[in-house]
Amino acid sequence: MRLILFITLTYLLSCAGFAHAQLQIEITKGIDNPTPIAIVPFGWDGAGGSAPVDVAQVVDSDLVRSGQFSPVSRRDMLSFPKKASDIYFRDWRAISADYVLIGRVGPGSPGMIRVSYQLFDTARQQEIASGAFENVLPELRMVGHRVADAVYEKLTGIRGAFATRLVYVSVSRNPNGKDFYRLILSDSDGQRPIVLLEGRDPIMAPSWSPDGNEVAYVSFETSRPAIYRQNLRTGVREQLTNFKGLNNSPVWSPDGNTMAMVLSKDGSPDIYLMNLTTKKLTQLTNHYAIDTEPTWMPDGNALLFTSDRGGRPQIYRYDLRSKAITRVTFEGRYNARARVAQDGRNVALVHQSSGQYHIAVHDLVTERLTVLTSTSLDESPSIAPNGSIVLYATKRGGESILSAVAVDGGVSFNLPARDGSVQEPAWSPYLD
Amino acid sequence: MKTLPVVGKFASVVFASLVLVACSNTDTANEEAAAAEAASAAAAQEAAREAEARAAAEVAAEQQRLQDAAMAAGTVFYFAFDSSALTDEARVAVDAHIGALLTNDQSVRLEGHTDERGTREYNLALAERRANAVRDYMVANGVPSYRIETISYGEESPVAFGSGEANWQQNRRVELK
Repeated sequence: MRLILFITLTYLLSCAGFAHAQLQIEITKGIDNPTPIAIVPFGWDGAGGSAPVDVAQVVDSDLVRSGQFSPVSRRDMLSFPKKASDIYFRDWRAISADYVLIGRVGPGSPGMIRVSYQLFDTARQQEIASGAFENVLPELRMVGHRVADAVYEKLTGIRGAFATRLVYVSVSRNPNGKDFYRLILSDSDGQRPIVLLEGRDPIMAPSWSPDGNEVAYVSFETSRPAIYRQNLRTGVREQLTNFKGLNNSPVWSPDGNTMAMVLSKDGSPDIYLMNLTTKKLTQLTNHYAIDTEPTWMPDGNALLFTSDRGGRPQIYRYDLRSKAITRVTFEGRYNARARVAQDGRNVALVHQSSGQYHIAVHDLVTERLTVLTSTSLDESPSIAPNGSIVLYATKRGGESILSAVAVDGGVSFNLPARDGSVQEPAWSPYLD
Repeated sequence: MKTLPVVGKFASVVFASLVLVACSNTDTANEEAAAAEAASAAAAQEAAREAEARAAAEVAAEQQRLQDAAMAAGTVFYFAFDSSALTDEARVAVDAHIGALLTNDQSVRLEGHTDERGTREYNLALAERRANAVRDYMVANGVPSYRIETISYGEESPVAFGSGEANWQQNRRVELK
């Protein structure tokens, strides 16, 4: 097992031999009438010919991926205005752009790069949003995602989740020996992948700390499963458990002080809480059935988990105050691996029907279950922090790929790796 | 009634010769008796050694036979979908290993696996249940639990890649190592 301090090795690794694990994006379905928007190439105020990153292209790709926008092709633009006074609204209306985004990239405060943007409504012929972001040069793509977030929120009323990150597991199958596993951190669009951990033993169940500074996961590197937490800024890693039996499903509480996990040290798999300061364990469930896959309600007062105590796997709820356990899902013979949206209402889960495993959303208020996917081996749903999209893993041509679908079912896209399998995506919280 | 006089005659002859020996030379007689005793003791020892060696060889052969039978039964036990119950076939194979384990002091590691269907973490628990089912069956039949280690890999380490029952049934297994 090789632990990687990613800050120093970012660029080295970006050029190294795991480029095949980088995600591609294929839009499979958008909404019927996406909003046409013109994202004009941003101006460059720095030295040399052009900006080190095509920031407008980053914004363009984000908005395309949302499925709710259809950006105008650069080839169809009559001009590339860099400031408000250069915009001829009639030209933009002529190519059916409802909105025009312009921007500039250049030096900011010492050591920083600055991106400013202005968004215009072509019908009203006026600016409707503007702003500027600064960051260090290596984070310029992330600044592009922040501009996309701002535009998305202005035009949809929903906070954008482009300036976020993913962790996922990549597996290179080796038919003649042991497989090769990597834990990878990337931007939400799969760009800038960084290897956090790699080796020949399975890596499983990655999850984020609520502040986005750490990930937890299960590694079999000691020939047994154990739970680890790893700081993304410092690379410092800590082994949290090493019990006999299962050590699995680590998930941080919303306040970041506690980790729920699954241990089978006392016999059957049960849900435990670990106080991350004292490392003291509290056993929540105690049943001879399988209790696994805990996930927190956003208010931190309850957890959902999977149990086959009723004979088949279903989702149950554990109330931390009353200690009461109640069954949540009843539709179908198999509902498992829940993840709750930040609204505390939509629960993404794996639902089996006619022998096929789909991603579904269970509404905790109406108690209605809606199946979102039509592929047959879907698993590991993870909801974007704005609740709009469920990212999950599915199988295609013998490999595992990542895929995404809007919670309302309207939009979907695939994120296959160039080569090999990618699985168990975990979408970060907001990072600011 | 016929045999009695014969015994009587034989007994009297033996008695006569013993008297004769005793009269000729007492020292020599004692030495010879001791030598004869030593020789017979050595022979008895030799015989005991041989018997012991024979017995050990028999035990070793039996152990080898049981070991061979265990290996012939295979080290992979297969399961039905979403089940951790030992199939009749698996039970026969595990029985063969129990036979060998009861005559040696080896430790074993039982690795549980599932097919790719269903969620990874639930499958990890299901695979543990499979490994435990084999362990519990072994313990119930006399193998000490401290000699058995179980570990679950869930669906993470398939032996057959790809989907479909032909692959899945090879992956739903417990491997003895």
